[in-house]
Amino acid sequence: MSDAPETPTIDGTDTPAGADESTPVTLKRRDALRVLAAAATLPVLDGLSAADAQAQGTAQRPAAAPAAPATQAPTGVTPGPRGTPADPDLLHPRTNWPRRLTTAEMVTITALCDVIIPADEKSPAASAVGAPSYVNEHVSAPYDGNQRDLVRVRGGIAWINLESRKRFSRDFARLTAAQKTAICDDICYVPNAKPEFRAAARFFDLVRDLTATAFYTTDAGMKDIGYVGNVAMPKFDPPPPAVLRQLGLE
Amino acid sequence: MFLSNPKAQTEYDVIVVGSGAGGGMAAYQLAVAGLKVLVLEAGRNYDPVRETPMFKLPREAPLRGAGYREKPFGFYDATVDGGWEVPGEPYTNAPGTDFRWWRARMLGGRTNHWGRISLRMGEYDFKPKTRDGLGADWPLTYQDLAPYYDRTEMLIGVYGGDDDLENTPRSSPGVLQPAPAPRAVELLAKKACGPLKIPVIPAHLAIMTKRQDANTLPKRIHPDNPLAQRVLAQSMRERQACFWATPCGNGCSIKANFQSTTVLLPPALATGNVDIVPDAMVREVTVDRTGKATGVSYIDKRTRTDRHVKARVVVLAASAAETARILLNSKSEQAPNGVSNSSGLVGKYLMDTVGAGLGGQIPILENLPPHNTDGASGMHMYMPWWLYQEQLAGKLGFARGYHIEFGGGRSMPGNGTFSGLETYTQGAYGKRFKEEARRYYGSFMWFDGRGEMIPNEDSYCDIDPDTVDQWGIPVLRFHWKWSEHETRQAAHMQKTFAEIIEAMGGKLTGRVETDGSRAIARGGQIIHEVGTCRMGDDPRSSVVNQYGQSWDVKNLFITDGATFVSNADKNPTLSILALAWRSCDHLLDELQKRNIG
Repeated sequence: MSDAPETPTIDGTDTPAGADESTPVTLKRRDALRVLAAAATLPVLDGLSAADAQAQGTAQRPAAAPAAPATQAPTGVTPGPRGTPADPDLLHPRTNWPRRLTTAEMVTITALCDVIIPADEKSPAASAVGAPSYVNEHVSAPYDGNQRDLVRVRGGIAWINLESRKRFSRDFARLTAAQKTAICDDICYVPNAKPEFRAAARFFDLVRDLTATAFYTTDAGMKDIGYVGNVAMPKFDPPPPAVLRQLGLE
Repeated sequence: MFLSNPKAQTEYDVIVVGSGAGGGMAAYQLAVAGLKVLVLEAGRNYDPVRETPMFKLPREAPLRGAGYREKPFGFYDATVDGGWEVPGEPYTNAPGTDFRWWRARMLGGRTNHWGRISLRMGEYDFKPKTRDGLGADWPLTYQDLAPYYDRTEMLIGVYGGDDDLENTPRSSPGVLQPAPAPRAVELLAKKACGPLKIPVIPAHLAIMTKRQDANTLPKRIHPDNPLAQRVLAQSMRERQACFWATPCGNGCSIKANFQSTTVLLPPALATGNVDIVPDAMVREVTVDRTGKATGVSYIDKRTRTDRHVKARVVVLAASAAETARILLNSKSEQAPNGVSNSSGLVGKYLMDTVGAGLGGQIPILENLPPHNTDGASGMHMYMPWWLYQEQLAGKLGFARGYHIEFGGGRSMPGNGTFSGLETYTQGAYGKRFKEEARRYYGSFMWFDGRGEMIPNEDSYCDIDPDTVDQWGIPVLRFHWKWSEHETRQAAHMQKTFAEIIEAMGGKLTGRVETDGSRAIARGGQIIHEVGTCRMGDDPRSSVVNQYGQSWDVKNLFITDGATFVSNADKNPTLSILALAWRSCDHLLDELQKRNIG
């Protein structure tokens, strides 16, 4: 194992591993755009790749595109992001901070992310959609709260490996599922954690929150919990009857 | 947005300082009336059509879209070069004050990211002192402004219902667009509020649920003005109806909601009568020896040079606090305390909105069948203030009301959506965590009160003699104090939200804060700061008349929230727009009569 900082696998511009299953959302978006048909303007297509746009044959500029009057000339004050933290390029987001966790630390975080969100019949494990890299992105960010989290995560990684070696003579990532559970059961709930496990429990809770943010913001995560929005639609429908029935609102 | 070339002219009929709600409306109205208008904007040029991150996902953004120091409302928030702090442009707080000042240094200002909530002030709101003896009355009535509300709503596109409740006026027939269908959580809250006697009615938001009729509306809005009809029709044809996706706060590239940059500035520019200079930080209104405004001095931020432009009329719409700052910094021998400040009231009676919130977890919302609840992104329903009579009878212990904004449901997961599940699941992890996440997703609701603050002597801004910004302009210093009318109101909000959440069978996610001074948001935090140059009937007790025209400098107008006499619970933008329009009609009338210019 190396102490060299991990080479970031995502920097906000790369596709996270496993997060390339964006097809369902894109397809829905495309279908909705077909419905909008004539009303679809170029900006709507912004959410689509050029290939998508070509495939549906709507890549032309709309007839109603803003027309500048002839008397008007650009000043040369081109609108556009300055590229500062307060004015980043919103259409091409990227993070610009170096990653702080080492490769060895990432091995532990990856194992922990998958203990928190393992694969099941509905969706993949957290590591399959880039959650460990997000943990690294978060703790490496140059803001006070994030830097506090870096200390907590680093300290927690060191603790959990120490505890693993103490109990089972191996680093956390190399434990069996039952061994991992034995440790995590002691640290999974702050209010119930024994005093000697409290700090570790706070570490575990932080990683759980970060893993959940990472996982449920991917297409796999959104599909898992049944988020079906972010699609353009010609009209907004009232809640379906099954929903009204469950809420006693029929 | 293409701006026309300001080098073409050195003198204008009107200079408008600011390009947000008040400045955008002034530029538009004066341009369609045929005046040559120069708009000076302290921020950068901004084009929502090209720059808005429609459909971008949290996972594509740094920190999954979370807010951070320089983008407090999230990575994709439309505010660029702004926030609670603007680098190089500080403000200060007097000892004991913790006021926050949100600025958006960009074309269109805060209209690019605002909440689009567009509630009219009612009859009581214009005459609060007459009603309960507190604060001050406006020098106009609801009936004076109602026609401008109608026209503004038609112009910008506002959805809403036709309820006609106490001090909650309805629009004239055919003015509003249809309200969108309520979401499940909104219907659930409405049901729970029935026994509590809290009305839940369609909200009014500046979002188009259908396209505007470009063939008839411009004629109705601008009878007898062919130029206005032409540019407005063109502008309306460029706007799409809401397609029920993506947050309004990110801006709207299809122009379905109201932003100055999509609704007011394009038709203003299309007249050929408007030049816009961005990165132009106005520091002073210049006056001649007769006390007439001659123009403004500004700093060209790109070259760091000082410039002066002349005009027959100056309109300030830089935002309530920034407008006061410009006036206070415009000192001369005749006006040692600042231009238009013979009353000494510039900067005084600064107000914000009272804010307090509470959340709940609602078990009946657990495991709902997946369905799309994005809607217009803003609320489809809200609760207007409902206790006017109890309040007037002195039963509540605070004098003014609040409305309730609320929401929840199965919105797009973002940073932190699934944080805090430890508490609800007693520390779940593994496959059980995934099951719990499915169960709890969409079961949380939030309630926010937005209430009226009564102006007081202790809440104001002045110039900090010790500090200048990077342009050499003396900065504002804020002074702030809530009265018991506000803190008790905040405590009442907490109690009410708890009742609603419990009526839905829910559990509070936080503690009910009975101490209103703890429940209340900080001054400025709701970003509804108004006042500082209040209007009135008497030059000794007000800065401008009912048209926003300075008592001291007849060719100086203010069309932003600075002129507000009170700050009703109704979010101020719609009223700023309507008042700005009314000011422009008077300005044109004054020019025509040769009273000014």
